Amino acid sequence: MGRVNVEEVFEAKLAKNDFIEPKDWMPENYRKHLIRQISQHAHSEILGMLPEGNWISRAPSLRAKLVLLAKVQDEGGHGLYLYTAAESLGISRDEMLNALLTGKAKYSSIFNYPTLSWADVGAVGWLVDGAAIMNQVMLQRSSYGPYSRAMVRICKEESFHQRQGYEIMTHLSFGTPEQKAMAQDALNRWWFPTLMMFGPPDRESPNSENALKWRIKRETNDQLRQRFVNQTVIQAEYLGLTIPDKGLVWNEAKKAYDFSEPDWAEFKNVIKGNGPCNKERLVSRNKSHKDGEWVRAAAAAYGKKQMEASLAA
Amino acid sequence: MTKQEALFNYTLRLGDTSLILAQRLSEWTGHGPFLEEDLALTNIALDIFGRAKSLLEYAAKVENKGKTEDDLAFFRNDREYFNALITEQPNGDYAKTILRQAFIDCFDLMFYTELSNTKDATLVGISQKSIKEITYHKRHSFSWVKRFGNGTEESLTRLQQGFDELWPFTGELFEMNEVDEVLLKDGLAVDLSRLKAVWEKEIGDLLNESHVQIPESTYIQTGSRKGLHSEHLGYILAEMQSLPRMHPTAKW
Repeated sequence: MGRVNVEEVFEAKLAKNDFIEPKDWMPENYRKHLIRQISQHAHSEILGMLPEGNWISRAPSLRAKLVLLAKVQDEGGHGLYLYTAAESLGISRDEMLNALLTGKAKYSSIFNYPTLSWADVGAVGWLVDGAAIMNQVMLQRSSYGPYSRAMVRICKEESFHQRQGYEIMTHLSFGTPEQKAMAQDALNRWWFPTLMMFGPPDRESPNSENALKWRIKRETNDQLRQRFVNQTVIQAEYLGLTIPDKGLVWNEAKKAYDFSEPDWAEFKNVIKGNGPCNKERLVSRNKSHKDGEWVRAAAAAYGKKQMEASLAA
Repeated sequence: MTKQEALFNYTLRLGDTSLILAQRLSEWTGHGPFLEEDLALTNIALDIFGRAKSLLEYAAKVENKGKTEDDLAFFRNDREYFNALITEQPNGDYAKTILRQAFIDCFDLMFYTELSNTKDATLVGISQKSIKEITYHKRHSFSWVKRFGNGTEESLTRLQQGFDELWPFTGELFEMNEVDEVLLKDGLAVDLSRLKAVWEKEIGDLLNESHVQIPESTYIQTGSRKGLHSEHLGYILAEMQSLPRMHPTAKW
């Protein structure tokens, strides 16, 4: 029997669109790339609980409160599946958590922007979740099995969240003049940061090439960004809101909108840690983790005592 | 006091107690001691908000003045709120939050079980749904109290501290007034005096198992049945009601 070339098996699976599973051989760079991407994604879900959680206590109706609370809980649930998917690649949750708390790990920069009004809860659902879905729909077909399967479930919930966000925007846009102004203000502030969520332009995207080759990603940042703009313009028109971009114009030749680039200097600056809420978000995560330390210690000590008692019995 | 007035007040008492407790619990969302526990406590808050919504919907119907559950939640002042004082107490650390939950879960499971045998169809329906939820909540809070009591020295110290702060607010849960009298005559309310001994036994066993020292006698904080609250409720309402009050004609 000839020796099986593991690398060829891996390549053959990619070529056939088969999933790579945790016990399969995979190139070390593939593993590293996935750990980075999945853990960043998990961190983003967890950090994402904070800007929206900011409005739970002030949600303006009991229904809105229930919907928002359930949504924030879903984000936490997504974080949990994703941490589990990353663990299947041989990293522990403690290692990932530690990287987040010490500021070493990245997470989606969008959560470093503040939610200043109730309309921001709507805009986050409509735009931010909308952009996330563009990415995640693609990731449902990602080559790594556990990631792909986590995405299938996450996408279902995210599309629900996006509709809920749009529903809030609808109430506001067709509500009182003050409500409509609130909605427009939120769109003004969230539009460009949302476009940044797709990552740097293809000409400057350092990690894209491998991700495409390995079928972790299947479309480029710019392709996804274009699709998002095309889809969102009509939704804003229905609401009677104006997208804050004078360069936005329909291009008949490419059957798509032309639009202005986000301020990439701002993007880099927020990633570096200088966004409006980077520090607060990390301080908040660290505080919760530290405040919970004695709880985790108590649970561990109790568990140990129970175990010893059952062994002695 | 008419039967309708009594039923309105009674339903508000239950709805407000659920609403304010859930409002407090949801302060933990995104800040729990670890992710699984964050999700569990948020789930509990969701159940209790859901119950609050059903109860306030019913209260609005009983009042029959064309109001909605949101009108009741967002446009009443603290003197018109009848939630038990224990629910508005600050969360404190996780031991205090969990212990408050254990006190209330134990009470609620007995209370809603009894209420499901009364004669008001709507309250019976809400009770039946709540019993299933509270059974799970109680398992959660009781198991954590035991962990804290039998975990580390620090967790026991914190549990005792939480107990000392909360214990004076537990007696009020069993208080009855004219509202209860009016409704009890028609089999529409729960006789709270019948619950007290059972509650004390169950909680006493839990605390003993958890090494918490219970004082021989204690004073009782009271007032919520008359709409008299601690200083905390004003802040909770100021925050919770801010948006609807700022835009009173808006729909959300």
